[in-house]
Amino acid sequence: MTTFDLDNDSLRDLNGRLHGDPPAKVKVTNAGGRHSVAVGVDADIEISIDGHVGYYCAGMNKQATIRVNGNAGPGVAENMMSGVVDVSGNASQYAGASAHGGTLIIRGDASSRCGISMKGIDIVVAGDVGHLSAFMAQTGHLVICGNAGDHLGDSLYEAIIFVRGEVGELGADCIEKEMRPEHYARLESLLGAAGLDFDPKEFKRYGSARKLYHFNIDHADAY
Amino acid sequence: MTLRESATFPADVLAEIHRAADQGIYDVRGFGAKRKLPSFDDLLFLGASMSRYPLEGYREKCATNVTLGTRYAKKPVELDIPITIAGMSFGSLGANAKESLGRAATLMGTSTTTGDGGMTSEERESSKTLVYQVLPSRYGLNPDDLRRADAIEVVVGQGAKPGGGGMLLGQKITERVAGMRDLPEGIDQRSACRHPDWTGPDDLEIKIQELREITDYQLPIYIKIGATRVTYDVTLAVKSGADVVVLDGMQGGTAATQDVFIEHVGIPTLPAVRLAVDALEELGMHREVQLIVSGGIRNGADAAKALALGADAVSIGSAALVALGCNRDVYIEDYEKLGTLPGYCHHCHTGACPVGVATQTPELEARLRPEQGAQWLRNYLTTMVLEMQTLARACGKSHVLNLEPEDLTALTIEAAAMARVPLAGTTWIPGSS
Amino acid sequence: MCGIVGIYYKNKKLQGNLGASLAAMLVEMSDRGPDSAGVAVYRDPVDSGHLKVSLFSASEYDWESLKSELESQSGQDIEYARHATHALFTVPNNGFDAVAWILATHPELRLMSAGSSIEIYKEKGLPQEFVRQFDLQQFSGSHALGHTRMATESAVTTEHSHPFSTGLDLCLVHNGSLSNHNRLRQSLRNCGVDIRTDNDSEVAAGYLMWRLREGDTLEQALERALLDLDGFYTLAIGTKNGFAVLRDPIACKPAIMAETDDWVAMASEFRAIAQLEGVEHANVWEPAPATVYAWGGQ
Repeated sequence: MTTFDLDNDSLRDLNGRLHGDPPAKVKVTNAGGRHSVAVGVDADIEISIDGHVGYYCAGMNKQATIRVNGNAGPGVAENMMSGVVDVSGNASQYAGASAHGGTLIIRGDASSRCGISMKGIDIVVAGDVGHLSAFMAQTGHLVICGNAGDHLGDSLYEAIIFVRGEVGELGADCIEKEMRPEHYARLESLLGAAGLDFDPKEFKRYGSARKLYHFNIDHADAY
Repeated sequence: MTLRESATFPADVLAEIHRAADQGIYDVRGFGAKRKLPSFDDLLFLGASMSRYPLEGYREKCATNVTLGTRYAKKPVELDIPITIAGMSFGSLGANAKESLGRAATLMGTSTTTGDGGMTSEERESSKTLVYQVLPSRYGLNPDDLRRADAIEVVVGQGAKPGGGGMLLGQKITERVAGMRDLPEGIDQRSACRHPDWTGPDDLEIKIQELREITDYQLPIYIKIGATRVTYDVTLAVKSGADVVVLDGMQGGTAATQDVFIEHVGIPTLPAVRLAVDALEELGMHREVQLIVSGGIRNGADAAKALALGADAVSIGSAALVALGCNRDVYIEDYEKLGTLPGYCHHCHTGACPVGVATQTPELEARLRPEQGAQWLRNYLTTMVLEMQTLARACGKSHVLNLEPEDLTALTIEAAAMARVPLAGTTWIPGSS
Repeated sequence: MCGIVGIYYKNKKLQGNLGASLAAMLVEMSDRGPDSAGVAVYRDPVDSGHLKVSLFSASEYDWESLKSELESQSGQDIEYARHATHALFTVPNNGFDAVAWILATHPELRLMSAGSSIEIYKEKGLPQEFVRQFDLQQFSGSHALGHTRMATESAVTTEHSHPFSTGLDLCLVHNGSLSNHNRLRQSLRNCGVDIRTDNDSEVAAGYLMWRLREGDTLEQALERALLDLDGFYTLAIGTKNGFAVLRDPIACKPAIMAETDDWVAMASEFRAIAQLEGVEHANVWEPAPATVYAWGGQ
């Protein structure tokens, strides 16, 4: 186990070591709200971070399993490609922004714009998400075990949203859809991967009405 | 019978109102602003005579090289010529066009730039120096491409539509384009106008740090802005940590956006350059943070004038495509099918580009062979560089970057005020002296 | 664009830490705001017969002479303390309107704050420099707001720095960019609100002052601000007894709150709050958009 103490070691030392040929297990202590901790990792390793992190923790992650024992600032796991990012506390806005793959687990609440522009990532939030979550979400899954703020799935493409709690006002072109066996199966597997013990039967599915796919003046008021 | 046209409601305005009444939607088109604007044509060089001596051609060298990204990057970008190819997406352009751009740029020792769709392997392979854009849409963005780029360009906006996002209509979202952008095939692409994970220069500073950490501080980071509040924007780009500022005036082109955006938002390139250079000088950063200017650069004279006003390089988009055949008078019937003619075409958004440049349709793409396109663009760039050197030598310069505002004079009061250069025949600079 | 910080001590015994905590938070926000820094500290309240006034002079100033003038105008003893380019005067608040007199007869001075406990100091340059110049570490008090500035659309001068004073014991700091501040500035001036600069944040401050003058409570004024101010903003407002926080409905500018048994703090980034003692036990959350949060009362 290689340890980096961010009160003594520089962020550049940490990230530089994580690029190239990193050790299989890395511990980071005294995160102190610092930004860009463990970004651009491309290796099947385990990283454990103690403390709250600032912006963009685990940005553009590939392959690694990164655990944050604390809260995460804006843009955690932004543009992640693969791997797992697991946040024990809350996540600030833009969690999982534009990410292409992998799994992001948030065990507290996520703030606004969770999953904005998502392009294939699976995000599982044990608590609530804030407004404009899944804004322009293209593909992937967003699982919300708590409540969702207003304008969920605004301008939604093909991403699938599962919500267990209350949903505020829905976003443009986002509608409730039927839960079919394949959706229950997918949801079960996502909850299982996150180790969360919620019953898939308690969730509703939301997806795109696809009315904004080609401009039609009858839908001009969606803009 | 005397026909009298209204200057308020001329034929094109009448037609547009009729079209809006028929369709109920804004007009979307390609190309840049078509209306007449103050431009570099309104500036002239003061060549040598008695007080200033020209350089001979040939052995009395006029150098054209420029280095971009000296502020922070470990590996700045070295260019042989101060003319780069601007960001244009694979999707808006076909693969053959992107390859032509790459090949020509490589032959000339300059760079190309990816666009709002990510990096294709054709472009990376054909282009020796490739700038990778990070846009609000983030289509196709990934750390591998980030690391194999030679520079990163964070796009805040572009001259054709400052404040707007990308647009690609369904007919150009083919299987390949859709795959790269993670979109369903054939739909009209809606894009964000703000970045998904930062808002404001204070957050941008943190974002740039993240990009530097991911790329181990190797690459220069450019920030591209559409010309609007240039003084504030250039200042903030520097404060956010940019190595290079790319400034795109309102004449800048696009493959598709609302006509109302193109014609009514942003300022022309001519006043934008001066404001940008002033902002850099105010910060003590002129030549420390390099300035690339684009938006209606058409020839060596435009490029030389931009440099004289203080830019470090220019970037061409529309002009490069014209070199590849845009608006060439061939395949006339296909222009007519679009409702236009060569010399007037701005129909990039349709995907039915008669010359195979701005299309995803294989039969049309085949009309542009990359070898031919590369040859054309190389010839055009060579011509531009020779023109720049001709002008620079005439002004007594052994390097094009030694051109300065005092080498210029203005033909109109507007140009004099905008470029802060005296009106020809006077010492008058409106607003300054 | 900027960094905002704020701290309020629930545990009065810790008020001696105010300056050190504020200094640490301010310096942590240097990257977000390298152009200038400012603080509003609430401490050493004076009785109702007096007022504390913070004055700024751009050049060397003969404060002694001002003291003599005030003494002869008011007929009372006047005390003041120098703080770098500022001076904090304690003036009588009964009969003689010292503030109006200073503004009328000394246009070369800038009034930074007036109130019974507020003291505003602000200056160009890096936060570290500000902390040193004003010896911020030594301050103690009940609560404070701080601001580090990256100028967006107006100049970098002392006058353009935050906090902006909106009235007695009131101040405002702002992170964001208002999009309708020009017309709002004009209409506020038409209502008799004195706005000196072209800074959008000063317009927000002037707007609040106008609403409070019209009889709104602070909460009502902030609720109305959501309708009248357009753009992106996180606002922190200092009051005599506490502070308030408001984010616009779009809520893109960041804001973090943290609370322990001993204190409540807010900042643009968590790493500023990470400097505070006891933060390991803090409840950390983000204020919701378009929602007024207030501590300590007005």
